Amino acid sequence: MGGSVRIATTVNGQAHEHDVEPRLLLVQYLREVVGLTGTKIGCDTSSCGACTVLVDGESVKSCTMLAAQADGSEITTIEGLAQGDELHPVQAAFHDQHALQCGFCTAGMVMATVSLLDEIPSPTERDVRLGLEGNLCRCTGYHNIVQAVLAAAGTSR
Amino acid sequence: MIPAPFDYLRAGSADEAIAALAEHGDDAKLLAGGMSLLPLMKLRLATPSVLVDVGRVHELSYIRDAGDHLAVGALTRHRDLEISDVLAAQCEPLRTVASEVGDNQVRHRGTIGGSVSHGDPASDLPALLLALDATFVVQGPDGDRTVPAADFFRGFLETALEPDELLTEIRVPKLPGAGFSYQKFQRRAQDWAIVGAMAVRDGDTRVALVNMATTPLRAVAVEEAIAGGASATEAAERAAEGTEPSGDINATPEYREHLVRVLVRRALEAASA
Repeated sequence: MGGSVRIATTVNGQAHEHDVEPRLLLVQYLREVVGLTGTKIGCDTSSCGACTVLVDGESVKSCTMLAAQADGSEITTIEGLAQGDELHPVQAAFHDQHALQCGFCTAGMVMATVSLLDEIPSPTERDVRLGLEGNLCRCTGYHNIVQAVLAAAGTSR
Repeated sequence: MIPAPFDYLRAGSADEAIAALAEHGDDAKLLAGGMSLLPLMKLRLATPSVLVDVGRVHELSYIRDAGDHLAVGALTRHRDLEISDVLAAQCEPLRTVASEVGDNQVRHRGTIGGSVSHGDPASDLPALLLALDATFVVQGPDGDRTVPAADFFRGFLETALEPDELLTEIRVPKLPGAGFSYQKFQRRAQDWAIVGAMAVRDGDTRVALVNMATTPLRAVAVEEAIAGGASATEAAERAAEGTEPSGDINATPEYREHLVRVLVRRALEAASA
């Protein structure tokens, strides 16, 4: 039992093909097979959102998705946002608003924000708080995170 | 945490999924969005030896006006329900409750059929579908059959689905302008309901409860009281009748009984406002 599954993905614009174990989680695939460790494993129970990445443009918790389910998908991780030295507007807003303390949740927060602003380009503060309900900050630094999301919405409008 | 090993099959159609279930029997499980099954597998509470991935059976992702009712494909994601204009106009309760499932990330993956098939009494959608008197269309090796929501949820994570059957469609009534409220009590916004109560008022009043027994259930005593002319406050006093809440880290059974009376009163009041 087990065997392997052939999967083809595009991660941050780069095409990949791998034989993977069916039980390999998407987060392990990204970190251990593709080698992108910006995506964090936090709770590993789909509660904390630290492992959030975009699959075909939408936020998902990569600890609760099989790599096999991502076959044929376009995946964006935190490493794929900046254009060279130029930060993505959401990254820049997190930087400007000091929207992190320990930083462990940040990659997931940023990815969840990119997806949220794609769905709601001009959110209210309530939209932001509800939209990030799937991401926990263990430092409880939510105030600046919400400010950063609102600031990013302003710049990307 | 890593699931126990399994073989992975991807079904391209409902027929392929049913054929795979027939071949692998009890050892196989269907995988839709995976939002309920994968956490169980990671905790090794579920160890299927074959996963049949139906996540790409796009023929089962739709929301259609079917004349006297709405037809929702079992693989329609919560996100698609949340942004559906058809639901907003014809069945707002389903749109609203879908928008309160889990969090954005969960709603991007999870499906209505997955939630119903999982049959968790703490889930939002099964209770709503009970309140709506929804009908489930189930496909098996010998064709389709329909099961009323009232007969579908049999026990804890146990439904009327046979091991070789696939839920394909959920039929809900058109309820334009119906009064509705879902009162979901939880510690964090993304959590399961510790207790939930929902009321649909459209001529008659229907009330369903989340996490008050081993299955989602209707608050029959409350519905009878309202039909008999009782006020929301009077009717809500009977909300714990017929329930069998469990005790856990979040609440004792007694606290759940208290919560359900309060939440049913709020739901009744909000649904008629």
